[in-house]
Amino acid sequence: MNNLLTLQNLSIEFRKPRRRADLSQAAPEVKEASLQVGENEIVGLVGESGSGKTVSTLAITRILPPNAQIKSGQAVFEGKDLLKMKEDELRQVRGKKIAYIFQEPTMYLNPLLTVGTQVAEVLTAHQKKDKLSAEQEAIRLLSNVAIPGPAQVFYDYPHQLSGGMNQRIMIAQALALRPRLLIADEPTTNLDVDTENEILELLLDLQKEIGFSCLFITHNLGLVKRLCRRVYVMYAGRVVEEGDIEGIFKNPLHAHTKALVGAYLKLGS
Amino acid sequence: MKASLIIGVVIITVLSLVAVFAPIISTHDPAEIDRDNLLVAPSRRHLMGTDSLGRDIFSRIVYGARISLSIGIIAVGIATLIGIFLGALAGFYGRWVDSLIMRFVDLMLCFPTFFLILAVVAILEPSIYNIMVIIGLTSWMGTARLIRAEILSLKEREFIQAARAIGASNLRIIIRHLIPNGIGPVIISAILGIAGAILIESALSFLGLGVQPPIPSWGNILIEAKSTLGIAWWLTLYPGLFILITILGFNLVADGLRERFLGQSLNE
Repeated sequence: MNNLLTLQNLSIEFRKPRRRADLSQAAPEVKEASLQVGENEIVGLVGESGSGKTVSTLAITRILPPNAQIKSGQAVFEGKDLLKMKEDELRQVRGKKIAYIFQEPTMYLNPLLTVGTQVAEVLTAHQKKDKLSAEQEAIRLLSNVAIPGPAQVFYDYPHQLSGGMNQRIMIAQALALRPRLLIADEPTTNLDVDTENEILELLLDLQKEIGFSCLFITHNLGLVKRLCRRVYVMYAGRVVEEGDIEGIFKNPLHAHTKALVGAYLKLGS
Repeated sequence: MKASLIIGVVIITVLSLVAVFAPIISTHDPAEIDRDNLLVAPSRRHLMGTDSLGRDIFSRIVYGARISLSIGIIAVGIATLIGIFLGALAGFYGRWVDSLIMRFVDLMLCFPTFFLILAVVAILEPSIYNIMVIIGLTSWMGTARLIRAEILSLKEREFIQAARAIGASNLRIIIRHLIPNGIGPVIISAILGIAGAILIESALSFLGLGVQPPIPSWGNILIEAKSTLGIAWWLTLYPGLFILITILGFNLVADGLRERFLGQSLNE
């Protein structure tokens, strides 16, 4: 299988916080993390909070918070190293080739703009599209993510919609330009089980329909088992284990993986 | 809704209507000199009396509302635009851009603004347009600080990161996402600023460096009042009252909005 994204020896450091009060919050660091995502592959990335999952994936398109610095590494995507790319060029990749969905979708939507406008914004940010055709396209995109009454929902604000609906909006926004890679950062963590199911089904359906690679971040091995064939396990900023999901369940090598699998099996039984 | 906000809105609405329909409301030509009716006390013919040239005070005040309100609004418009522009740049880009702009703000705040305005007006000619521009150019610092502070906290928010993730340009992030979310306090300070600008214009006109006669402004009606204070009280009372009510109106609206949107009041 061809690799779409190859992350190699990525190290990220955080500048020390100036105020002493911040010292208690240990900043997650990433040390020499490597991972690959193949074409049309859904890859899992698991690890506890603060293990550097999110930070490593934000580093791929360099949208890290300003106090984080990429120390070394490569992120080769379609043959180009994103970490060395110019900002202008990289902006063409963000949203168009690599898209993100996050946990707590309501927080990731601008509270002052209607959700439809925000879906249309991806289109106008990357294409010379007039407002009207972008809006029509956005309504079509909303119906693609199974939102009932997309023409009405278009004019709703994020606070008027449920978390599950907002996550659908985020998905519509992320997939608007048919990106090659979708980075899903715990997209269902704050949703109830039924909604989680619906969102996962939707993602799987869309993946089959339009075809994209997906890096699925979670701390729930059950989800990984359902979605992915391959999984990476991060612990304390390092990728400590990688491999087939079956193999990892049968024979976890790292202590943290063992704990995760143990927790999952205990829940299952 | 609070009573003060309603009262403020009513005052401003009425004054705006007066300004817009000045030609209909006024009873005389505000510049018309009537030698037979000098310093006439308020009567049915001259609702607020006449000045030492026989001009009708009521009509001059009605036309003066146009001048005062437009100076207030345009001066604050200029100040707000400059303030938002510089404050947004400082807040968004941080580092040396921030240091440079904020030191410039500090520098501007060090000037005794009113005397700076006086000096500039004395050098340039004191036309209405010069006064608008000068008041605008010397009163943007508060706005810049406000919007900078808002943007500093907003740019850490998740939806800004999401905007970056979809490939939005810095300009787009600033204009579409940051400024609209941080504009609340700026609007309130702008409304207060209109009151301030009207006061500055009145003071300048009173000193003879503001709006020049025969164009009526509330400030320059008062100049004449000064010399005839003992014999013609109406020359002082009415323009003073209008200035007072206008300032009160804008302050009430600003305070009401602040309480409504930011949950804090000026007077508590």
